[in-house]
Amino acid sequence: MSLETNAAPANVSIESVVGIREKTWADQLLGAQAFWVAVALFIICTVMSLMFPEAFASAQNFYNITRNFAFIGIMALGMICVILTGGIDLSVGSIMGVVAVVAGLVLQAEYPWWLAVMAGFGAGLGIGLCNGWLIAYIGLSPFVVTLGFMSIARSLAIVESGNKMIYQFGPDGPTFKALGGGDNLGIPGLPFTLANPVIVLIVLTIVLAVVLRMTAWGRHLYAIGGNEHAAMLTGVPVKLTKLSAYVASAMAASLASILIVGWQGSAINALGQSYELRVIASTVIGGADLMGGAGGAFGAFVGAALIEVIRNSLLMAGVDSNWQGAFVGSFIIIAVLLERVRGKRRE
Amino acid sequence: MPALELRNISKHFGAIHALTDVDLAMEPGEVLGLMGDNGAGKSTLVKVIAGNFPPSAGEIRIDGEVVHFHKPVEARQKGVEVVYQDLALCNNLTASANVFLGREIKKSLGPFRWLDHAAMAKKAGALFGELKSETRPLDLVRQMSGGQRQAVAIARTRLSNPKLVLMDEPTAAISVRQVAEVLDLIRRLRDAGMAIVLISHRMPDVFAVADRVAVLRRGRKVADKPIRNSSPEEVTGLITGAISVA
Repeated sequence: MSLETNAAPANVSIESVVGIREKTWADQLLGAQAFWVAVALFIICTVMSLMFPEAFASAQNFYNITRNFAFIGIMALGMICVILTGGIDLSVGSIMGVVAVVAGLVLQAEYPWWLAVMAGFGAGLGIGLCNGWLIAYIGLSPFVVTLGFMSIARSLAIVESGNKMIYQFGPDGPTFKALGGGDNLGIPGLPFTLANPVIVLIVLTIVLAVVLRMTAWGRHLYAIGGNEHAAMLTGVPVKLTKLSAYVASAMAASLASILIVGWQGSAINALGQSYELRVIASTVIGGADLMGGAGGAFGAFVGAALIEVIRNSLLMAGVDSNWQGAFVGSFIIIAVLLERVRGKRRE
Repeated sequence: MPALELRNISKHFGAIHALTDVDLAMEPGEVLGLMGDNGAGKSTLVKVIAGNFPPSAGEIRIDGEVVHFHKPVEARQKGVEVVYQDLALCNNLTASANVFLGREIKKSLGPFRWLDHAAMAKKAGALFGELKSETRPLDLVRQMSGGQRQAVAIARTRLSNPKLVLMDEPTAAISVRQVAEVLDLIRRLRDAGMAIVLISHRMPDVFAVADRVAVLRRGRKVADKPIRNSSPEEVTGLITGAISVA
């Protein structure tokens, strides 16, 4: 009897007691980690601009910072698709290496630039499909499979390249280099100057944000990360969706690789080494949950931006560059701690 | 014609006989309480009907038509909806998103098909209204009470017009007050003409809402009778084996 009288009041819905209303647009914004990271980013930039008006707040430095994080940002957009499902893709850095070498070899053999781009994407697609198939259809652990391909892809890159740098890009070399090394997509007369990779990043961020919010595919990524078994029972094509997430991640890494090779003007097999950790760090700082089901495109963008701005700021402030890792690492942990604190309050 | 008819259903897992020659018929608008001890075969029977795995032997008919399910989605297409014991909800999504998971409402714009959030929220709200639940479509499931979560899982079954709803222990993990809510939900489904199989350990719930009670013991159906001709004592005896058959 006492059980009954105790249990009933405990289960009066919380809303009826404290009068919580449905979440408004502003509530959602204030509840998003990406928003607070953007605020942090804005504050750091403001402080740095006041301290170093010449060096930090210059158009040239803005151009450099944005270009530097564009590559990581593009990869983070692919990575977020995987992380939303509760997976992880450790192979993205090595995929960059393979794609760079494949594209470089095609150019070196004096084939046209578009064939080099296609061959690069083809190599990335192949690895993405292998990752996705083994994880989604065979059911192996994402960590182990992509760890394996991190090693396999790096090894392939070294073998294909004969462990040499590829820089003689043949007749189509200048066109290929303009893809990643050019500005404003070659459109003259714009009032600003942004590197091509930055424009690609901005466009892709908007596209992915729309796709995640407005398509069934996007919704299913969140559902799989939230409760994979439930998604399966309700008829979500879980396996296909997971496969496509790994393909998206591999294609994003391929795109970043093609752009970075164009910018640097050479292809090396070590390209992208340890990038996977920076990419994952970007998504986590931007509010992604490695358990799946939380995160978004803008988070990946601002996460990548924050890491680069911290790096740049430390450089400007004259801090020994060996300290960068400590700062970036602290930010990752702080980001997760903040998320935990806010999550506790929500429950 | 029965909404659901099982004939001589058996299910073996290797040497283990989970179900042996089970016959069962369900009329539209009927609530059957399916009872049995742990390991008696209740969950296996539900999973066979819901298409999680095919029976080793026997025949399933829905509205007189023989069906063979290999996936839950196939069973759903034939009008079998399931409310799973764990409810199969994604905590990180809204109530509306959960109701429509796997069968989202979309609209075409340009070459692509986009989610129609407004239409889904409206329909979900209408379903919750029908169920007299105060669940709000745009709330996250994570923040909901057990009763509200049940309402979300049950609202999902109303998207199609199912012939049969299987409910696996819907009252196992919720408070007394919420149990009353769920039993009301079951009555509303029944009044809408659905056949409902209520799997439960809780004798009072079955006697409150079911028209008929069937008891499984060690994979065999040992009783199947109108609830008014039975009693909790008899059912307890049947479950434990103190009464061998009724």
